[in-house]
Amino acid sequence: MVLTSEGWPDVQETFFSADAFKTSFPEILKGFWLDVKLFVGVEIVVLILGLLIAVIRTSKVPALFPIRVLAAIYCDFFRGVPVILLVYLIGFGIPALELSGMPDDPVILAAIALSLAYSSYVAEVYRAGIASIHPSQSDAGLATGLTRIQTLRFVVIPQAIRRVRPPLLNDFISLQKDVALVSVLGIAEAFRIAQIETLSTFNYTPLLAAALLYLAVTIPMARILDHITAREQINA
Amino acid sequence: MTGPSISDAVIEIQGVTKAFGDRQVLGGIDLTLREHEAIALIGASGSGKSTLLRCIDLLVEIDDGDILLDGEVITDPSVDPVAVRRRLGFVFQAFNLFPHMSVIDNVTLGAVRAHGESRKEANERARQLLERFGLGGRENDKPDQLSGGQQQRVALTRALAGRPRALLLDEVTSALDPELVGDVLDAVRDLKQEGMTMLIATHEMSFAREVADEVAFLHEGRIIEQGSPERILAEPERPETRRFLRRLLAAGRI
Ligand SMILES: Nc1ncnc2c1ncn2[C@@H]1O[C@H](COP(=O)(O)OP(=O)(O)OP(=O)(O)O)[C@@H](O)[C@H]1O
Ligand SMILES: [Mg+2]
Repeated sequence: MVLTSEGWPDVQETFFSADAFKTSFPEILKGFWLDVKLFVGVEIVVLILGLLIAVIRTSKVPALFPIRVLAAIYCDFFRGVPVILLVYLIGFGIPALELSGMPDDPVILAAIALSLAYSSYVAEVYRAGIASIHPSQSDAGLATGLTRIQTLRFVVIPQAIRRVRPPLLNDFISLQKDVALVSVLGIAEAFRIAQIETLSTFNYTPLLAAALLYLAVTIPMARILDHITAREQINA
Repeated sequence: MTGPSISDAVIEIQGVTKAFGDRQVLGGIDLTLREHEAIALIGASGSGKSTLLRCIDLLVEIDDGDILLDGEVITDPSVDPVAVRRRLGFVFQAFNLFPHMSVIDNVTLGAVRAHGESRKEANERARQLLERFGLGGRENDKPDQLSGGQQQRVALTRALAGRPRALLLDEVTSALDPELVGDVLDAVRDLKQEGMTMLIATHEMSFAREVADEVAFLHEGRIIEQGSPERILAEPERPETRRFLRRLLAAGRI
């Protein structure tokens, strides 16, 4: 279609059709609401799970050694597999197993796949942050009478998070885009709806509409990130 | 190794050894710190002063021997190290303040979280202590807004907030510019007059002379000479002590 079309009027009609935009936009926006819900839900899980994994991986308690190994394998595995493959594997694989008690709602399965992938990235970000806090801070926390867990909670983790806010936000932005990958499970989110519209009308404007919606959230995030990074450079 | 404890002894160190890998850092330390007493621990860099203090606060595990606090062996594996640290105060050479917290939060963190004081009572006491050490009005500043001497006084206040049985001071003035040493020295002298029990690792001989009741000279992980400041600083018996003091004198630190 693109290859056969010649001249600007055609291009304009296929990519920037005001009519196609108007008819498809409400549906795409509805689908985008699912993207937003998925993204927010997954992000919350990822921030908590990632921190938990990072804390386990940086702990030095001998008794936690087996869990530490498991956490390392978890990170290596989920970081090493393409997200789209994980979405497929979990989205189609788990229902195929027909295990009782397993969720079969594709939205939940998609959320699980994204959470697994992104918690492993975010765990590594947190881990770098925790490792960057000098051990003398832990010493000071312990000497003040705090337990090891309190020292982590009040002394190490707040400083670590402050230090890794830019890379955390970066992963945040990636996740906002990667929620579109769940469309492979047939979930009616913005990209999927736009795709269907495109296929039925041979007009690409709906895809552009979807792209605008993603940009509407990722660009503000990027500006916030710039702002924080700039402020940190001033402080440093 | 546990001998009979001296009744007014607060900290007793008995035959303590510590090695890092194959490097023997403490080679059998015996030392008793009595109530209201201040002992200055002097010795060359690397002689093991910090390690000894860290062993007492259970930040480093000892290999052999015993450390007692108020007659109780604290280096036994069955003892909860957190409970022990709550009875001791530690001040670090590099202050180690919590940079993300205000001055007052630095001081009250332990009181509230470790000692279960209410926020209100912890704040009140912290204000009093800060006032006393010349830090009134700086409560809401961040540590990096303070001078080194002020930061170290905050660290001292933080250590005192837990009402410690004894204070362990690790070269609390050696990261300071010379003109700032005096403030911290005054604060420690004050505490001594109040009867605080202290073990003070130091390169600052004025500490040893003006604050300490006893001076212990640490050489390669052993206390090879101990006595009154007057005697140790004026007429040391051991050649190693003499050599150490001569070097300090040459560096203009006495
Ligand atoms: N965690 C550690 N791991 C390995 N070696 C260590 C460790 N802590 C201390 N050491 C070594 O132990 C020796 C004694 O160090 P320590 O810090 O106790 O000396 P110090 O008397 O406090 O010296 P300074 O006056 O420089 O502070 C040094 O050789 C040091 O390198
Ligand atoms: Mg030292």
